[in-house]
Amino acid sequence: MTNLRAVLRHAFLLLLAVVMLYPVLWMVVSSLRPSNEIFRTPGLVLDGLQVQNYSLGWDALAAPFGHYMVNSAIVVLGAIIGNLVSCSMAAYAFARLEFTGKRIWFAIMLGTIMLPIHVIIVPQYIMFSQVGWVNTFLPLIIPKMLATDAFFVFLMVQFIRALPRELDEAARIDGAGHPRIFLRIILPLMVPALATTTIFTFIWTWNDFFSQLIYLTDPDMYTVPVALRSFVDATVDTSWGSMFAMSVVSLVPIFLAFLIGQRYLIRGIATTGIK
Amino acid sequence: MAAHRREGVAGYVFLSPWLLGLLGITAIPMVGSLVLSFTNYDLLSDWSELKWVGIHNYTRMFTDDPHYWHAVKVTLVFALVAVPLKLSASLAVALLLNKERRGTGLFRGLFYLPSLLGGSVALALVWRAMWAKEGAVNGFLALFGIEGQNWINEPDWALHTLVVLAIWQFGAPMVIFLAGLKQIPKELYEAAAVDGAANWRAFWHITLPGLSPVIFFNLVLETVHGFQGFTSAYVISGGTGGPIDSTLMYTLYLYKAGFGDYQMGYASAMAWVFLVAIAVITAVLFSTGKFWVHYGDQS
Repeated sequence: MTNLRAVLRHAFLLLLAVVMLYPVLWMVVSSLRPSNEIFRTPGLVLDGLQVQNYSLGWDALAAPFGHYMVNSAIVVLGAIIGNLVSCSMAAYAFARLEFTGKRIWFAIMLGTIMLPIHVIIVPQYIMFSQVGWVNTFLPLIIPKMLATDAFFVFLMVQFIRALPRELDEAARIDGAGHPRIFLRIILPLMVPALATTTIFTFIWTWNDFFSQLIYLTDPDMYTVPVALRSFVDATVDTSWGSMFAMSVVSLVPIFLAFLIGQRYLIRGIATTGIK
Repeated sequence: MAAHRREGVAGYVFLSPWLLGLLGITAIPMVGSLVLSFTNYDLLSDWSELKWVGIHNYTRMFTDDPHYWHAVKVTLVFALVAVPLKLSASLAVALLLNKERRGTGLFRGLFYLPSLLGGSVALALVWRAMWAKEGAVNGFLALFGIEGQNWINEPDWALHTLVVLAIWQFGAPMVIFLAGLKQIPKELYEAAAVDGAANWRAFWHITLPGLSPVIFFNLVLETVHGFQGFTSAYVISGGTGGPIDSTLMYTLYLYKAGFGDYQMGYASAMAWVFLVAIAVITAVLFSTGKFWVHYGDQS
């Protein structure tokens, strides 16, 4: 009886795994099929490899696709550095320092976690366009330098609170100031939280479409999501294979991030979900 | 005393990037958004042509703009259908994966992966192709002799392809449920087994109450998240929200009004109604939480 249940359970999980993976596999297989065969072919078996889709897709838009990958990489790198520096500083203040107004600031910080960007995007756009930042990467990076991703501040506060206070006390007795305690003691100990922040910032920024669509309208500044969208406008039959090929290319970094950082991803959402 | 003051100064120094962001990136634009919502600002004209229009943007929204009500309806339907289904799926699968067995970690990773991919433009493009008239879904249906339609061009179905895409991403709440299940003391189940309680009774009286804070957390998170869906609706409808407004998510309409038609005063009014609506819905969820969320030993 229990054996039968275990078998059923396993069979169900396997079936579900196939269903869940199907869209991804279909995308990869379709990227290797001739464009006229992609449709109506739900199967995942390939007759031959149409690698040509990749070379055609790479050059299908105004600039080689690598150009958009580099643009995305710049934005992602800036966002990661910004989040790591600014969020860890704010988290140290909230978790370890006593100052007037701390409770109120902390409550406001929690409140901004849920704030949808759509509420502030219009005036923010006007502001950034007044200083000439539209079609630069600054509107996508500067907010991260200013810890607007409050989610990560919260994540790091939770992490620092769990570190033993004796460590900072000992350093303080030895005459270390706060910058030193932060850099030499807290930061090295919070590497797991920094890793979680890095990997989530990487994936979210790489996938982010809304703000990149708004701030980047010059084709030369397009990032990967904005460039990929152009495949929608091109409705020519022959572009389907290219579209699938570049979709696959655009997801490779996400997939690698998932393979390398799965541990941190799962721990990250699990711990913030519980507290 | 001096050390105390020094700590206070250090606190604000460490907090300064965040404070600057709160002021410049969040607070001032929020107030600016409210001010703009009472104007006819349109980005293209000079500031000198800016006119106060009172509550005109708001009255237009509620009484004179059928697209707006479509957007509200589409967003509500999307959230009401997608969120419960996504949460049920994630809870069911989390229960199946709860006991550590061989392969559990692999399944957890596989089911979580779509949560990372699903928000991308690339996957929305794939979805668009999969559900097209000549797409894989209809190819699959054809194997059973069913002639499928062009799902993304059917006003009755287009939104549901987005719902399926949302459910496909059940992995993130599932991981949170798995972590929550680990927090429920094993002794409770052992005691129930000694008492001869059936599995479903243990589920009803131990698992559900013990998990209720996590269910609540996921419910709030996914609801707020669901209201903000943009990328998939934009890509699948080619930026239009069509066919006939059937995928016109609120944020997509806001984008079209503000950045397509440059009606930034109107878009700001929409943004503020959006904020208030989300705040009210969150508050309602919290007030119902009193009746069904059990924290710690109170149950």
